[in-house]
Order: sequence, then structure tokens, then C-alpha cells
Amino acid sequence: MKFLKLLFRNRLAALGAVVLGLILLIVLITPLLPLQDPDVTNTSNRFLTPFSEGHLLGTDHLGRDLLSRLLYGTRVSLAVGIFAALIAGTIGSAIGIVAGYFGGRTDNVIMRGVDMLMAFPYILLALAIVAALGPGLFNALIAVAAVNIPFFARNIRGVTVSLAGREFIDAARLSGMGHTRIILTELLPNVLSTIVIAMSTTVGWMILETAGLSFLGLGSQPPQADLGSMLGEARAQLITDPHTSIIPGIMIFLIVMSINLLGDGVRDALDPRLRSGALTRPRAQTMVEREGPVPADDGKGLLNLQALSTQFHVGGRVYKAVNDVSLHVKPGECLGVIGESGSGKSVTALSVMGLVPSPPGVVTSGAVRYEGDDLLDMPFEKLRQRRGDKVAYIFQDPLSTLHPLYRVGDQLKEAISVHHKVPDKELEQRAIDLLRSVRIPNAADRIRNYPHEMSGGMRQRVGIAMALANDPDVIIADEPTTALDVTVQAQILSLLDDLRREHGLAIIFITHDFGVVAQLCDRVAVMYGGKIVEEGTTTDILDHPAHPYTKRLMACVPELGAGKRELAAIPGLPPIVSDLPPGCAFAPRCDKATEACRQGEIALEGGRHAVRCIHPEEEVA
Amino acid sequence: MGNYILKRLISAIPVLLGITIIVFLIMAMIPGDPATAILGSYATPENVEKLNRDLGLDKPLVTRYFIWLGNMLTGDFGRSFSLNRPVIDEILERFNATLILAGTSWLLCAIFGILAGVISASRQYGFADKAITFVVLIGISVPSFFLGMMMILLFAVNLRWLPASGMFAIYGGGDLPDLLRHLAMPAVALAVVATGVVARLSRSAMLEVLRQDYIRTARAKGVGERRVLYGHALRAAMVSIIPVLGIQAGFVLSGSVFIEIVFQWPGVGRMLVDAILTRDILLVQGGVVFVAACYVFFNICVDVAQSLLDPRIKT
Repeated sequence: MKFLKLLFRNRLAALGAVVLGLILLIVLITPLLPLQDPDVTNTSNRFLTPFSEGHLLGTDHLGRDLLSRLLYGTRVSLAVGIFAALIAGTIGSAIGIVAGYFGGRTDNVIMRGVDMLMAFPYILLALAIVAALGPGLFNALIAVAAVNIPFFARNIRGVTVSLAGREFIDAARLSGMGHTRIILTELLPNVLSTIVIAMSTTVGWMILETAGLSFLGLGSQPPQADLGSMLGEARAQLITDPHTSIIPGIMIFLIVMSINLLGDGVRDALDPRLRSGALTRPRAQTMVEREGPVPADDGKGLLNLQALSTQFHVGGRVYKAVNDVSLHVKPGECLGVIGESGSGKSVTALSVMGLVPSPPGVVTSGAVRYEGDDLLDMPFEKLRQRRGDKVAYIFQDPLSTLHPLYRVGDQLKEAISVHHKVPDKELEQRAIDLLRSVRIPNAADRIRNYPHEMSGGMRQRVGIAMALANDPDVIIADEPTTALDVTVQAQILSLLDDLRREHGLAIIFITHDFGVVAQLCDRVAVMYGGKIVEEGTTTDILDHPAHPYTKRLMACVPELGAGKRELAAIPGLPPIVSDLPPGCAFAPRCDKATEACRQGEIALEGGRHAVRCIHPEEEVA
Repeated sequence: MGNYILKRLISAIPVLLGITIIVFLIMAMIPGDPATAILGSYATPENVEKLNRDLGLDKPLVTRYFIWLGNMLTGDFGRSFSLNRPVIDEILERFNATLILAGTSWLLCAIFGILAGVISASRQYGFADKAITFVVLIGISVPSFFLGMMMILLFAVNLRWLPASGMFAIYGGGDLPDLLRHLAMPAVALAVVATGVVARLSRSAMLEVLRQDYIRTARAKGVGERRVLYGHALRAAMVSIIPVLGIQAGFVLSGSVFIEIVFQWPGVGRMLVDAILTRDILLVQGGVVFVAACYVFFNICVDVAQSLLDPRIKT
């Protein structure tokens, strides 16, 4: 039911259904209509034009009524197409089910045969079959059905293979059911919907293919009309009497188009990715739709996020991923942003340079100031010039963040060349130097590697090298060490630390790991449910966590040499940011929560060390 | 790379054998006495017997297959009785014309299909996207033979811009401009459906790629939007577009049968249809095997192109 609703919400699909339905209806009642015999010739009335007396659509080269021939011809074409689809679907699916169910050698032999049939351009196979059996409508039907069998066999085999490994099939086998019964009672009902959908999408091709064979004179034989043969016979008078060609041609077009529209609608309704809008293209820059005034520049830091809010608008729901977040970082400083997955820390990071995928992402308030200029307000070209040149990113999971088809050297060179005109030779040298600077051995050879030829640690270094390419002022590192093992992680952290001290780099380091924070960061901001809940120097936070969430989060980290200690997982789940409770977002999971915590907004209070809590664990200064 | 090509060529051998077996078996389905079926009911008994001997029909099926296969390997596809010349000569002569037509259409569908898909994806839900989607929908729904006929009406009969049929003008033709004038309509008519299919696929492949993390990386580096689209995204999308281009080659070859009839193009497709109508079985058999084999080799070229593009494919 939901499927039909989705299908008909799609206006084009509905249009296709209506047109196809009308054609089917007319064709079904054709024998009841007061039409002339489609095969009776009347040579004195040849080539009457449409709207002639007694012949609504005119007559053909033998004086036969075109309307009558069109409707009877459509009947034949549709019947042959549907029948061919049924035959191809039944035989092809049977082959596919047998191959998929039995697997092994049976599967191998059958699919080899299917592959060979698919090695033909389809019409050649159909022509060969018609050549052997002789021209004729029935033989054309067999030929069209035969060339479509491989399509069904292959698709249905795929579905069957995945089903055959499932528990309910094993259970049926263990209970002593025979193969035939398992296939008929357990397997078939589960693949039937796939078969029906495949049939309904291929019936259009088959109508077209039989029409084609008839057009060539290899299908329906005179005097019987089908759409293809009508068009084929009319071809001789194309120039003198074009209406005899146009009428059947438009009918074929209408049938095929309505089936295509309906088929597309079915596919879209079934593909959940299309429903969620996940297949929309992210723009070059996150959309900015700020409500309320833009905060004035308060001159803090090199990069300064002021009351930033970023939301995702998905199908009527609003996910407040980042909610009124203010952060800043000075040259040579490292700011840690810590929180669980889904706390909004990555979205905060991506918002800075407009990299939040949009749609569905929208920046709804605040400002992001780099050297005082609001990045959110900037024309795209100016923002682009700062991306990677002034503010660079290091992303998590460098297997998916490096382009799989380009050599890492070329990706490094590109990072430089989009911002600076550098001669090719020098570019190459700079790329090698960059890889050396992140301590990749054999850098001169490594630049010729593709990402898949490197280890995870190496790829992460490439990601860091790329961020360093233009000697940026700020680096935003989004969990750059999460996927790595501990020794590599330590190397990369010390590398970043050196760079910051040597180059005066400002770093925003996003992580969920307090160990990393302790090693690298000067200050820390803790995020929960899209908000900053605590902020302060690393020592303040690590030694005197004030927010219950911070304290619980730290208690999750095992300590070496701390002996046997119970690791306290935080009960419950992080909040869903489309449905935040009023007051403190952590209250439902907090054992100190009182009624007051659930009432209205709580402010981030304090000076150097600030906390958003009514019942802080420690007093803050 | 050389190794990979060799490996693919070797793997084509069983496929080619399979093709010959399938064609052979189909032809063995001819009901009744094939020689009579071929020669018609007015044939003299001597002729029937002679043809039976020529076809080797007095021998068992398997022996017949191997004789046929052996002959084909030496380039002997038999003799066309309706044209009274060797089948292979006729095929080779005709195949050039088909290659020019189908090849041009394939290039058109690749170039314009990908272009339309990329433009569509880059302006998703914008005017250009909607317009392209609409045109593509119409394009893939029009039977090529009907489209060809309508083009003749418009461009040859009404506007008199282009010749309606043939490959060269009968008088004074034969040069390249003449060929192009004759080629324009059939090539476009043949390319339309394939272009639509390629455009649709390219659009969805581009949309899929544009959501990937490495596109975000490119943007974070400060790469301009044009380069993101054509350098990064299209390059990655080509990995899924190229196999479809291979499939489209098959569709274009298939469709050329209809287009050759509509535009009187002297290619293999028209030859096959004529051969079927005159029951010239050897000509059909030879033509089908020859074109299918060419298609197999073309797909090997597609695979090689794919391996050049995607370093992750083990060569």
C-alpha cells in the first residue's frame, strides 16, 4: 500500500499508468466497438487522410480502415509482448532459480551458457532464430522471448543465491523437505516480486522488439496487422502518405513511454536511497540561511566560530546537528573538540569551510571568522581560494578520502597547483618533500603509488601531507588517527605537534579519545547533542571535569596500571538531534539530573573554564 | 598490460566457441529437410541432394559442427546461393558500411550521453536537468525505425537538407563530405536511444560519485567546481559508465539492422534480413557468427580501456 502511495506521488509514473491503462482498456473493448473489419480492402478508397467520412484515421494503401487496424494491431502487439515477457520470465526465472539454488557446478555450467547467449547483440540471436523457424508472428514471439531469457536468468539467480544461504532454507532442508518443494514453497514466494517487477520493466522492450521484427517483415504476415508491420508496410508510402506511418508509430511511442514512466516510478519507489534524498548532489558550498543578526566580530583568535548553528533538513524533520557553538583557536594553539559519535563535532568542523553536504545541510545562524572575515558570507570564489590554502582539513579514513584513481603524487601536486602557479618540475619536488616531511620512506617512489597500494598509516600521512601542502594557518583534523593502530597513531600525533611548534600552525583536533587530547591539545571543548557542554584548558578539564558528561566520558577510558577497575559505560544512547528534550540534553542519562535540568535552556557559565550544568561536579573559575 | 590483453584474448576463445555452437544449434532447429526449406518446394531433387551434400547434412550433428567450424577457421563461410558468391566476401564488403554507421552512432552516444549526464547531475533538479531528463525520456521511448522515418520526412522531404537513403550519391559522390551527408541521419537516428541510456546512467553514476568522501577532499583542497566535476567526479564515474558503453555497442549493432533498412544503408543488417527472407541460411549463419565475434572483441577492448582507467583492476 505504501508502495502504491509512493508510486502515485510520482506524477510522471501516474501519468504513465493512466496512459497505459487507457490503451489497455480501449484494446480490451476493441471487438465490441463498431469498427470496420481491419482486413477488408477497398482499393477505391486508398490513402484517405484522417477525419475522412467513415474513416476517422483514414485508410492505408489497400483502403483498409486505419483506426480499426491500429486498434487490432495494438491488441496483437501488446498480446505478443506480454506473452513473450511471460515466457521469457518463466523460463529465465526457472533457470536462474535452479542455478542459484543448487550452486556449484550446476550454477557454473548454466551461467556460462547464459553468458554466451549474452555475448550476442540481442537482435542477431533473434534474427538467427527467425531464420531457422521462418518468418511469422509466432516465431518472432519465440525469438523475442528466447533472447530475453538470459536477462531473467541472471537477475533471478542473483536474488536466489542470496536467499539460498539464509536460515529458513537451511531449516527447510534439515526438516527433510525435497528440493522441488523447497524451491516451490520457500524460494519462489520470495523471488516472485522480483520476477514480476523484472517482467513489467521488460515488457516494453519486448513489445518494441516484436514490433521491430514485424517491421522488418519477419513477424506478423499480411493481412494481419500489428504495429510493427503497419509501420513496415507504410514505409513505401512514407513520402506521399505520411499519416499511414505516423499513426502506428505514435502508438508504439505512447505504449513504450508509458511503460518506461511506470517502470521508472516503480524503481524509484523501491529504491530507499532515492526516498531519503541521499542521492542528491552536495553543492560546492553549504547553504547559508541565517535567521537573526550576524554576530559582530569579537576579535578572538585566528579562526573564530561565533554562535554557529548547522541543521539538516530532511523530509520535514530538522536535525540540529550544531547548536549555537562558539569556538576559537589562536596561532600555534591546539584546540581539542571531544564527544561521542553524533555529538556534532564533525559537522562543526565541516561548517567552517562550507563543506557540510547541502542539501540537506543548512547553516542557520552565527558566523565563522577567519582573520575577521566572515567565511559564511563570502562569495564562493573567495572561499575556494582559502580552502586548502589558509584552512586545510585532515579527514578520517584516508581510503575513502583520497581519490582512488589518481596517484598520490598527483593529488598532492593538485593541492598546490590549484592555489599557486608552480612549474611542473618544482611541483614534483614539492610533492616529494611533503611526503618526506610526514616521514614517508622512499618518498620519490611513493608519489607514484595509488592509494590502494599503501597501508592505512601511509595513506593517513598522505592526507596530512596534502593538508600541509600550502603551509596553511589552520588545520582542522577530524579524527585523523581513529582508524590507525596505536604506534602509528603516536607517530602521527607527535608529527602534528612538531608542525604546530615549528610552523605556528593553529589546530582544531576532533576526537573521542581523551588520551589524544592529553597528548596534543592546549584547550578542550566537550560537545554533547550539538552543543558545547564544557570548555577549558586541558589540565582543567582532565583534572577537574565539571560536567557530569565529561566525567562519565573520562571514566570510559581504561588506564594503564590502574589495576582492576570497573569501566563505566554511560547508560542510554546519545540524543537524536531532531528531537532534543528541553533543558540539558544529557539529563535523561545523568544520575544527578533534577527537575530543574529539564526546564529550559541552561547557559554555558564560567570564565577560562566554563560548564553548561546546574549541578556541576566541581565549581569552575 | 600485454599479459592482461593476452589473458582476455584467451578467455574469449570459449565464448567464441559458445557462439558458434549456439548458432549451429539454432540452425539445426530448421524444421523438416533443410535443403528443401532453403531451396523451396520447386527445387529439383538433384539440387536438394547437392545442397545436402554441400551442407554435409548426411553426416551426424557433431561431425557437421566440426566440419563447419574448421571451414570457418580457414575463412570459408560457405557460398551464398542467392548471391552466388562466397559468404565471407559479401560479409566483409558489407561490414565496412555497418562499422561506419554503428561506430559513428556509438561515438555519438558516448560523447553526448556522458555530456548530458554530467550536465544533468551538476544541475540536479535545475532547469537543464529537467529538460535533459524529459528529452531523454522521449528519446528512449521512440523506436529508432520510426524516428528514422520521421527524420526522412523532415530533413529529406520537407527541408531537403539531407539525402534520404544510401551511403553515397549515385552520381558524382564517393568522397568524405558525401559520406557524411548520407551518414548524418541514420547515425543520429541509431544513436538516440543509446544516448538516452548512457545519459541516464551517467547522471546517476555522477550523483553517486559526487557524494563520496574524496570529492569532499577535493573541495577542501580548494579545487574549483569545474575541475571537481570533470576531473575528479567524471573520472571516477567513468568506471561505471564504460561497461555500459560496451553494452551500448551491442544495442547499436542491433539497432543498425532497422536503420539500415530504413535508410537503405548497404550494411550487414540489411544483408541478414534479405538473407532470411530468401532463406539463404549460410549467409545468415556466417553473418551472425561474424558480427557476434566482432562484438566479443570489441568488449575485450572495453575491458582493456577499463583496466587502463582503473588502477585497482589487477592486470
